[in-house]
Amino acid sequence: MARNQVTTTINGEQAEYLCDTTQSLLSVLRDELGLTGTKEGCGTGDCGACSVTVDGRLVCACLMLGVEAEGKQIETIEGVASSDGLHPLQQKLLEHAALQCGVCTPGIVIAGKALLAENPDPTEEQVRYWLAGNLCRCTGYDKIIRALLDCAAEMREVQ
Amino acid sequence: MDDCDYYAPTDLADAVKHLSQSGARALAGGTDLLLQIRSGLQRPAAIVDLKNIADLGQVQIDAARVRVGSTVSGAELTANAALTACYPGVVEAAGLIGSTQVQGRATIGGNLCNGSPAADSVPALIAAGGVCDISGVNGERQIPVAELLIGPGQLDLQPGEIVAAIVLPRPAPGQADAYCRFIPRTEMDIAVAGVAVNLTLDDQGVCRQARVVIGGVAPTALLVPQAGDALVGTKLDATALAAAGAAASAAAKPISDKRGTAEFRRKIVGVLTRRVARIAADRTGRAG
Repeated sequence: MARNQVTTTINGEQAEYLCDTTQSLLSVLRDELGLTGTKEGCGTGDCGACSVTVDGRLVCACLMLGVEAEGKQIETIEGVASSDGLHPLQQKLLEHAALQCGVCTPGIVIAGKALLAENPDPTEEQVRYWLAGNLCRCTGYDKIIRALLDCAAEMREVQ
Repeated sequence: MDDCDYYAPTDLADAVKHLSQSGARALAGGTDLLLQIRSGLQRPAAIVDLKNIADLGQVQIDAARVRVGSTVSGAELTANAALTACYPGVVEAAGLIGSTQVQGRATIGGNLCNGSPAADSVPALIAAGGVCDISGVNGERQIPVAELLIGPGQLDLQPGEIVAAIVLPRPAPGQADAYCRFIPRTEMDIAVAGVAVNLTLDDQGVCRQARVVIGGVAPTALLVPQAGDALVGTKLDATALAAAGAAASAAAKPISDKRGTAEFRRKIVGVLTRRVARIAADRTGRAG
């Protein structure tokens, strides 16, 4: 009995899948459900490329079992943009040229969005600490930080 | 396909029954266990997820004690204002573990039971006088946190036993704690050395009780009674702090590895002792 049947909610829609007990949520998303927007970087919880939220809490999908998602609300990068267009943070990352290869970007978007949900007016230092678990080998981080602060300011104005 | 069973009991008695089976491993936050499985260090026959047991996920504070369930995550500890008011040092220690993402999963019980000599929360729990509530198939027992830890990755737990909660006494007036570690980066690293101090100042600012615990410098975190004794009866003047630091350095039994040499660890644990004692004293609101 090593295959587990799991019912969960991913980006607002019910999802069902079978997974091995030791199979990570990351592997389930990518290999069982075809949601390949969530990236595997290190696979050891250091790089944040596989960031998703579980019941609103930011986590690394590589550090969670697929079977632990039973009954949870999962949000992945595929659920961020709407039919009306990109999320403001995605737009700001583009405007600030805050990505090059793009492998870290889905994780940055999910982590950044989680920060703004918790703290709509973060300081630069708070942004840098919050994103300490999201590694980027291209940008040098500055553009990412500026895009996030710009996005926060704009979202506060809208509200 | 693996051959590992998965259980997610909602009842503690069911959990310990599953855990008493050969090859069963307890899963809390999973931030250590999943890596051990992936790297082949662990090949469990069954994984018993403890996070659906309601009691293990609670923080309860009453007049006499603070009871922290073992599956409470770092993020939940940090968000708990009442707990932070009682034990700012325990909360700041747990909050140093890993990234924001890791904080969302990693638990206080997992940090303790992984048995790493460099675990950040452990010195603070020992300094607080923490006691483990252990549940097993043969009933319950209590042992001090310091006695749970035997060596790196080695715990005084029988098959089928788990740490259900860590119980700390409600701090007395004038009592406070603090934890600092040394890492070469500013975030996302493992302690080269760490020090927790829990002390009580009377209303004249004189130290009446002090426990100093050093981490990352011995096979387990070490309570250093001589360091605490050096502070008691003083107002934490420079001489007392220097004596406490020297006692901490003398008690350290560090190794040299890629994170730092034994000599460096011995020195830095003394420096940290002086600083952390000062921070804890300031938090009492009674320091001169």
